Amino acid sequence: MSADQPAARDSLALPAALSAPVTLPEALAGAEPVESVCTPIRMAYTYTPGRALSRYLRAMADKRILGERCGATGQVFVPPRGVSPLAGAATSEVVELADTGYVESFNITRVPIERRPDLKPPYCSAWIVLDGASVGFLGLVINIAPEEVRIGMRVRAVWKPDEELETSAANILGWEPTGELDEVITDYERIGRVEASDP
Amino acid sequence: MSPEVLQAPLVLEYPFTRSTGPVIGAFLTGLRDGVICGIRRADGTVLCPPQEYDPLTAEPLTELVEVGQAGEVLTWAWNGDPRPMQPFDRPFAWALIRLDGADTSMLHAVFAPSAAEMATGMRVRAVWRTEREGHIADIAGFEPVPPGGEE
Repeated sequence: MSADQPAARDSLALPAALSAPVTLPEALAGAEPVESVCTPIRMAYTYTPGRALSRYLRAMADKRILGERCGATGQVFVPPRGVSPLAGAATSEVVELADTGYVESFNITRVPIERRPDLKPPYCSAWIVLDGASVGFLGLVINIAPEEVRIGMRVRAVWKPDEELETSAANILGWEPTGELDEVITDYERIGRVEASDP
Repeated sequence: MSPEVLQAPLVLEYPFTRSTGPVIGAFLTGLRDGVICGIRRADGTVLCPPQEYDPLTAEPLTELVEVGQAGEVLTWAWNGDPRPMQPFDRPFAWALIRLDGADTSMLHAVFAPSAAEMATGMRVRAVWRTEREGHIADIAGFEPVPPGGEE
């Protein structure tokens, strides 16, 4: 190491076994070393959605979006899980929501995901609050340049063609701008907020 | 009558690529080239698969040595219902195999026709894949060596 290198570099030294030269058996003399290994982890499940999500998915086949209301707080959750995360009780009412809403927050992804060739960077994923819902849910913002997406932007669902509809959330291809005035968000305190209960 | 229960395939997959370091890298280099490596401890005993550090003294280990391609089954369990990504699509045994020249054992598959053909202490030898890339699966598995089947 030359004298003009900062001393702090010494603290970055690798553990001995990772930096010490190893000696190889004769049979491997001169072999091109393997330096990395692919070790994919894969878990293949058959997913059964349960009653609340099954209702939601069946409604999706008719281009309808169902939420469920908490009887204690009045909040509407989507996608519905059959319980209110706030009250910890079963939801009391199925609520049909509009397929319009606004962008509460968003993210622009610029790195591709392996085996998702359908997601072409840059793309914008957003937390979208549907009209009538108390919490946001995840969707792609499409038919607009990602740089032009903004918090409060009004969007509507873009559905698959009718002949391709299934009992699947994938029926919504994404969310496109409606061109309406932006939502003025004044109630961040309310949205998605869960109060801790007293011990 | 209740409607049909909805079901859908759900696959979680993490396509990790890990860097190996020189010790595991040498082991995998060997597998790619059809050689099985162990690593020698200060007392002369050999760990196979090799480890970067001595499990008793924590000393770094650096002397890789070639071990045999046949060895002894120390213990085994019959897998009568293999899952899709396991080493063999018919029933086989998982076994701890101590290769000749090694003092520790390696987990791998033994392709025996039935559990009745498996025994602690039996001799097995490596079956190599023809296409190898530097991965533990470069050894397809181990096959029983019939008595008198070794030169």
